[in-house]
Amino acid sequence: MDHKHDQTPPPWRLFPFAGTAFKNLFSKPATTGYPFEPAHYPDRMRGHVRVRIEDCIGCGLCARSCPPGALQVDRAAGSWTIHRFDCVQCGNCVNVCPKKCLDMMPGYTAPGPVKAVETFTRAPKEPPKTPPKPEDAKT
Amino acid sequence: MEGCNTIEPVDMAGFVPAVLRFKMDGWRVVQICAARLAEGYELSYSFGKEYDMRTLRLTVGEEETVPSITQIYPGAFLQENEAAELFGVKIECMEQDYHGKLYRIGVETPFKQKG
Amino acid sequence: MAKQSIVPFGPQHPVLPEPVHLDLVLEDEVVVEAVPSIGFVHRGLEKLVETKDFKQYVYIAERVCGICSFGHGMGYCQCLEKIMNIELPPRAAYLRTIWMELSRVHSHLLWLGLLADAMGFESLFMQSWRLREKVLDLFDMTTGGRVIFSVNCVGGVLKDMDQTMLKTIAAATREMEKELRPLAETFLKDYTVGHRLRGLGVLDAEHAKLMGAVGPMLRASGVAFDVRKLGYAAYGELDFDPVTASDGDSFARCEVRIKEIFQSLDLIRQAVGKIPDGPIAAPVKGNPNGEHFMRIEQPRGEAIYYVKANGTKFIDRFRLRTPTTSNIPPMLEMLKGCQLADVALLILTIDPCISCTER
Repeated sequence: MDHKHDQTPPPWRLFPFAGTAFKNLFSKPATTGYPFEPAHYPDRMRGHVRVRIEDCIGCGLCARSCPPGALQVDRAAGSWTIHRFDCVQCGNCVNVCPKKCLDMMPGYTAPGPVKAVETFTRAPKEPPKTPPKPEDAKT
Repeated sequence: MEGCNTIEPVDMAGFVPAVLRFKMDGWRVVQICAARLAEGYELSYSFGKEYDMRTLRLTVGEEETVPSITQIYPGAFLQENEAAELFGVKIECMEQDYHGKLYRIGVETPFKQKG
Repeated sequence: MAKQSIVPFGPQHPVLPEPVHLDLVLEDEVVVEAVPSIGFVHRGLEKLVETKDFKQYVYIAERVCGICSFGHGMGYCQCLEKIMNIELPPRAAYLRTIWMELSRVHSHLLWLGLLADAMGFESLFMQSWRLREKVLDLFDMTTGGRVIFSVNCVGGVLKDMDQTMLKTIAAATREMEKELRPLAETFLKDYTVGHRLRGLGVLDAEHAKLMGAVGPMLRASGVAFDVRKLGYAAYGELDFDPVTASDGDSFARCEVRIKEIFQSLDLIRQAVGKIPDGPIAAPVKGNPNGEHFMRIEQPRGEAIYYVKANGTKFIDRFRLRTPTTSNIPPMLEMLKGCQLADVALLILTIDPCISCTER
């Protein structure tokens, strides 16, 4: 095989990129100034899972179908536990939930020094052992 | 357009002649795949020509050696090495045999065991 | 005979963000042989299929690669749909086609940027990726993810696009086409780019077939082979012809990819125009039993998905033959006889995805 560079110049244009470069020089930046301007998340963004714990029936389908195994459901205690840092935001739990009490919400899980675990407990009929967390608990 | 896509069982004696026939007819290697059976392996060699694909299915025992097709199709060496390294299929006379050094992994033949 | 020396190349290389290691046997500055070794990022994702339920595995299949993530999920799902005899609803087929073609645009733009970067043409690199960002925004809007979409499921897709989204996509493709023109002009007409790429790494059609090249590599050698022509998803109803170039050198590969971006943008518009109404997923009953080889055209070339199911919810074997696995042998062939300084660029022209290859 011939690997030599073909030296005969093909039809070429002088400075084909100059126009673009010149235009870029005098136009607004294509990037957003993120830390100073807020980031925009689209509505469908899969950022984190939100649970409306009062609707949860504790069936455990989400926990069984979670690919990384980031969810735990305790039916007796009425609790729903998520390992936020194991969650891969695939949305499988949201799709399988029979009560549709799970949602994918925009906004990322904030980074932290430890892999935090978050537990939501349904308010039981008898006096609660642990006070239920607010509905849309920010991580 | 609908291409053919078949799996044809072949025995050890007929394997190399079949591959040679593919080569003569201008087919190319599409993929080589090993799968674990209860005892032994199932090797699938797929060949393609235009939009048709035909797969040769070879069933071998665990200790049985398989002739390499790299003499016929030199481009197959990577996938044969892969089968040898991940499953422990014994492939002989490979051109560019890596002897287990293609993948830098801690476990030898990790796909050999079930589960 | 000149003295031979061996130069290790990679797995970390400034030009090549892919973990492939090559031992280059050199005679003076000329490569006489290249011995690859991979396996730095082997994750054993094929093995994971034995412990995950087949519906869960969709999410793992698409995490094999960051660039062709949609294709991997789709290939796996198509394979299972074939095994389980599920008829894909037409709307789902069209939606998959739109996403797949957007993936192709984004992958090729990424490659063009990397190519410009490898040549040291930094502003062209930035410009390519700036355009790519628009595709990622479309993904973000329609699927909720920029890289991993999680919209495939066995039997269809999980998310629908409403009329406004489809209109936005069609408008965006027109916009992108306009912006791509000066870029394409630069890649195809610039003297420096042409001088760097022409005649480099020539692979003729005979060799390309023998060594098993696929995708743009093969088409750049003049072979009109595009698996999309098999008509999976909605491709059967769209009008297109495989893009080819005849020279078989690096420039031809660049040309093929640029033309494929235009082709994909056109395909997206065709699909948006033709998309029918209806359900987006078919019901899935029972567990798969059987085996099938599925081939789909990924941005980098033909990929093979093999599923061997045994009637339980766990699959026996999943095999993914990625385009790069097939493209490495012809790449080694090309490397023989090239200059050491061209090695990085030559490897780049096959659009390698080593993480895909190792799974």
